[in-house]
Amino acid sequence: MQRAKCIEAIYPELHDKLVVTNMGACAQELYDLGHRDNFFYLQHAMGLASSIGLGLAQSLPGVRVVVMDGDGSVLMNLGTLATLARYKPANLVHIIFDNGSLLSTGGFPSHTADGTTDLAAIARGAGVPHVDSVSTAYDFMEAAADAFARAALSVIVARVDATGPDHYGMHFQLPENAFLFKRWIAGNIKGSEE
Amino acid sequence: MTVSRDNSKAVYQGIKDAGIRSISALPETWLVYLLQLASNDPEMTLIEVAKEEEAIGIATGAYFAGEKHVLLMQNHGFLAAINGIVSLAQSYKIPLCMLIALRGHWGEPYPWHTRGGIVTEEVLRALQVPFEYARDPALVGRQIREAYTFSQSSLWPVALLLTRDLMED
Repeated sequence: MQRAKCIEAIYPELHDKLVVTNMGACAQELYDLGHRDNFFYLQHAMGLASSIGLGLAQSLPGVRVVVMDGDGSVLMNLGTLATLARYKPANLVHIIFDNGSLLSTGGFPSHTADGTTDLAAIARGAGVPHVDSVSTAYDFMEAAADAFARAALSVIVARVDATGPDHYGMHFQLPENAFLFKRWIAGNIKGSEE
Repeated sequence: MTVSRDNSKAVYQGIKDAGIRSISALPETWLVYLLQLASNDPEMTLIEVAKEEEAIGIATGAYFAGEKHVLLMQNHGFLAAINGIVSLAQSYKIPLCMLIALRGHWGEPYPWHTRGGIVTEEVLRALQVPFEYARDPALVGRQIREAYTFSQSSLWPVALLLTRDLMED
C-alpha cells in the first residue's frame, strides 16, 4: 500500500478538518495534492505532530482534528499515545503511516521494520479506545471513514511501503504556514477568536 | 522547607488574572499546589504530559486555536524539551509562556538537582529565550502577565523562573 494513495483517498474529506502532518514524505504528499490553509506541516520536531493535534482538539472540541504521522516520529514520542489516551479527545484521529523506515532521513530501518514492535498494540496498551491496524487501501479507507464519523479518539496504524516523493519543496516558509493555519482557524471556527 | 501554599495561590491567581485558561504541565514538587488548583478549577483546562517536550506541541495547538496557554515545568523538563522549543516554536514563530521551577540553585540540598540548576540560565541564554526571576508573591502576577504579553508580541518563547524564595516557605 502506498501512503500517497491513502492520503489521496481521504483528501476530499479534509477540507473542513484541521490537519497536522509530520515531516518529510507525508507532508510533501499531502501538499502535492493541493495545499489548503487548514493544513499544518511540522517539518522537524519529530514526534510532536500528535501533541499539536491534542492541543488543537482540546481547545476546539467542535472541530475534527486529523494528525498524519509516521512510525519514526511516533517512536520518538511514545508517551504521546498515553497522553492522548488519558484525555481521549473525541474529535482527534491519529493516523500513523508505518513504513518501517526512517525514509525521510536516509531510509534506515525503524524499530517496526521486521514487525517486532507493534505500534497498534502500543496504542491499545496505552489506552486508546479505538485502534485499527490496516494494510490494504480498502481497509484504510474504511477505518478512516469510521474514525472521521466516530465521536471518540481513534488511532489508525497503516502499514505502507517505504517509498516517498521524488522531490521536496513548498511555496512558503515555515512561519508562513503557521500564520496561515492560525488565520484559517480564526476565520472559520467559532470560539477561536482571541 | 516546604512548598509554599500561599505563594502557589499567588502564582495561580496571576495565571488566572492574565486571562489564561489552559495549562500544560508535568507534575513536580514545587508545582504540586499549582496543579491541584488547576485541576480543581472548572474554568481551567489542564493537560498533564508524560514528558515536557509534548507540552511544546500542546502549547502550539492551543495557540493556533486562540486559547491563552501557559506551560508549567521543572528546569530539567525544560532541558528535555529543547528540540521542541527550537525546531517547532522558534522555527515556526510560536509564542511560549513557560513558568519554570528553578531547582538546583541557591539553597538546593539535593545533589541530583544541582547540575541542571547550574546550567539552566546559560541554556536559556544560548537559546535566546528571555527570562526573569519570580521571587516575590506580590509581583509574580504582574510578571506572568508581562511574560505572556511579551511571548505574544515577540512570537518567541519566554521563561519566568520560579525561585526557591517564591516556592518554598
